[in-house]
Amino acid sequence: MLLTQALFYFFAVLAVVSAILVITRRNAVHSAIFLIQALLAIAGIFLQLQAEFLAAVQVILYVGGIMVLFLFVIMLVNLDIAVRQVQFNRQWLLAIVTALVVAAEVGYGLYRGKEAFQFPAASPDILQPNAQRVGLALFQNYMLPFEIASILLLVAMIGAVVMAKRRL
Amino acid sequence: MIPTSNYLMLSAVLFTIGVIGVLTRRNIVIILMSIELILNAVNINLVVFSRQLGSVAGQVFAIFIITDAAAEVVVGLGILIALFRNRETVNADEIDLLKW
Repeated sequence: MLLTQALFYFFAVLAVVSAILVITRRNAVHSAIFLIQALLAIAGIFLQLQAEFLAAVQVILYVGGIMVLFLFVIMLVNLDIAVRQVQFNRQWLLAIVTALVVAAEVGYGLYRGKEAFQFPAASPDILQPNAQRVGLALFQNYMLPFEIASILLLVAMIGAVVMAKRRL
Repeated sequence: MIPTSNYLMLSAVLFTIGVIGVLTRRNIVIILMSIELILNAVNINLVVFSRQLGSVAGQVFAIFIITDAAAEVVVGLGILIALFRNRETVNADEIDLLKW
């Protein structure tokens, strides 16, 4: 019980601190490294919520795929000039105040409505074996969204090639 | 067992950090990274409700969101490369051709 709580707070603090570092670093490569750290912490939270398959997908797809793509683009686009420029735009104060107001609203609602989430939780082993359950749901109930997602990936691939190609 | 509202709080905090990143940064690469943070906050919500309700549907939707994030990043970074080739800038507030 104590170990569960300690792990949750460890991963939560790690994710939040890394996220704050992502949006404040001057160098985009540092931001990418801290984003990797935040994504790994969120993968730990998935693992703690007994979503093993999703944690593996998070590590392989996000950290292994998307972040490598980010780093490649950071190296392709010359960011040496951008490091020396002003990092925040003119509306930053208004933006922070607005976002914090929204956060306070959501946090107040969650704090006041804490009892609303206390309905009896399902037994924890109902999601096990996890990969098998997720696979069955994907290929039985969610077959059509799965196929649409594959078409979306095809469109994104063609779009990226068209965008990045110098001359068609 | 950690109560569901703690996970929702964590998700709200990550979402807010992502929103602040999108609204305040000038560098487009970091704006895209902040969008990744927002999508991950949503994923935490989906997975914790999947545990709470004992249904695997939340995790399936989280997988769809990861797919969407991959597609979005691929197209976004393609646009960024095309933009950098034409305008020589990565700052979002310097791309104001359509602004009156």
